[in-house]
Amino acid sequence: MSQQHIKEYVGDKSVEEIRKDFPILSQKVNGKPLVYLDNGATTQKPLTVINAISDYYKEYNSNIHRGVHALSQFATDKYEESRGKVRAFINAGAEEEIIFVRGTTEAINLVAESYGRSNLSSGDDVIISTMEHHSNIVPWQMICDNTGATLKVIPIDDNGVLMLDEYERMLSSNTKIVSIVHQSNTLGTINPVKMMTEMAHDKGAVVLVDGAQSAPHLAVDVQEIGCDFFAFSGHKVCGPTGVGILYGKKDILENMKPYQGGGDMIRSVSFEHTSYNDLPYKFEAGTPNIAGGIGLGVALDYLVSLGMSNIAAYEKELLLYARQQLTGMSGLRIIGNAEQFGGVVSFVMESAHPHDIGTILDTEGVAIRTGHHCTQPLMDRFDIPATARASVSFYNTKSDIDALIVAVDRVSELFG
Amino acid sequence: MSGLNDLYQEILLEHNSKPRNFRVVEPHTHYKEGFNPLCGDRILLYMDVKDDVVVDIGFQGSGCAISRASTSMLTETIMGQKIEDINQVFEEVHKMLTEPGAELDVNLLGDLEMLSGVTDFPVRIKCAMLSWHTLKSLIDNSSEPVSTE
Ligand SMILES: Cc1ncc(COP(=O)(O)O)c(C=O)c1O
Repeated sequence: MSQQHIKEYVGDKSVEEIRKDFPILSQKVNGKPLVYLDNGATTQKPLTVINAISDYYKEYNSNIHRGVHALSQFATDKYEESRGKVRAFINAGAEEEIIFVRGTTEAINLVAESYGRSNLSSGDDVIISTMEHHSNIVPWQMICDNTGATLKVIPIDDNGVLMLDEYERMLSSNTKIVSIVHQSNTLGTINPVKMMTEMAHDKGAVVLVDGAQSAPHLAVDVQEIGCDFFAFSGHKVCGPTGVGILYGKKDILENMKPYQGGGDMIRSVSFEHTSYNDLPYKFEAGTPNIAGGIGLGVALDYLVSLGMSNIAAYEKELLLYARQQLTGMSGLRIIGNAEQFGGVVSFVMESAHPHDIGTILDTEGVAIRTGHHCTQPLMDRFDIPATARASVSFYNTKSDIDALIVAVDRVSELFG
Repeated sequence: MSGLNDLYQEILLEHNSKPRNFRVVEPHTHYKEGFNPLCGDRILLYMDVKDDVVVDIGFQGSGCAISRASTSMLTETIMGQKIEDINQVFEEVHKMLTEPGAELDVNLLGDLEMLSGVTDFPVRIKCAMLSWHTLKSLIDNSSEPVSTE
């Protein structure tokens, strides 16, 4: 095995120190230290996040935006403070542009259902790509079915890179919506979303960027990208499950119809007429995931304290090392070889099915994901049923990667 | 790890790398597709039945070692069986995989006993059962494709 040295620091904090902030990482699985390389599915949570959630329930659980009493006021302040942290994290222009949702999936459904339903009709096009997660395919299929619009798909090359000349050809004055993943959860490919947004805007289309896998790994600046919508999930940025963010440009959100009706999203209700609340509340019907929203803000504090560019730089080293080690193994093929990549390395082996790889790795304490990763059309593109995917976070170490390699060697041993 | 060696026994690995009856049966009287959406395992099961006896059986598709080996063993076991006897084999395999410790009819199971290591890996039981569920629905003549989900 290579002696390649990796300095295990994220900015000026050592990974050893960082790992102490994540209680779950010190446990054993199947008698071996846990090697958690399934961060693409969900990340672990630092103690500050876990405590923030339990503090809410222990000390100030109450509903928000409704009560005059002290607890409700305090909870409301904390929740809204979190919105401010999210705004800063993605450099949105205003807090009204930050909508709390359940996750990336709900954010995309909200845009498809609200913006899509009002702005699409027969003859219009929606453009996505071959490497989309099912959550950025199915909502568009559904709304295209409903409105008669056509769904077009940007192809990719054998390295897993979008074919931008095809994208350019596809764009026309009929294009109304372009919805693209920022960083692929299966291939790791980072797409040139800023340029793609400019190209779409030239044709008058709006752009949604699925940031589920970019927000955890790189510094996101929605104003720099210029996209109209940006979606990400709390649980993939070291925050809780059941909370996520839809960013939308104010002038676009203002003209959109509410997605769900109920409490909080109204200004006044009578049986004759209901007027809607201002942004962002217009899109936040009902009691939200209060603890989750507060926890998300604390998770972002944690990431910001490390520095997103430090995180990106360290993870890149780990991934390059992993890719280099895997590349040397016979009968193993890496799926996704874009120059711009992050987060994951996906691979298949001639002798063993990804599902068997996953089981064998698990007995070695190495947790990875195997399957189609909710990207079945992408599997079809590469003519494979599934891949084995290792996905890193800043709390992973070089020895985690070494454990992965040893476990993959074990697969080769067993399966020949 | 002993569990791993119990799971991937040599016979199982051998069935995986050289599956028996891995072919389309033409002509056939029965055909069924089984699918495990979680991992993408897909098997196509073909059977030719004459006078209530399975005169030929074969399969196609892709899947993990467990599902492939299980299907391969299934075809060996079922070849030449009377249709009316198949259910008994199904029940025995089902019992072996879902009721650890249950008393088993080893004569009936034969090589299929090699699959018993799967019980230590609960998430993999579906892989082993996929072809058996497919077979059951094939003889029950249901028209829906079989899905483990
Ligand atoms: C690229 C991408 N988009 C969307 C999603 C959906 O996120 P969630 O399940 O949190 O809504 C995921 C999660 O796996 C993802 O990786």
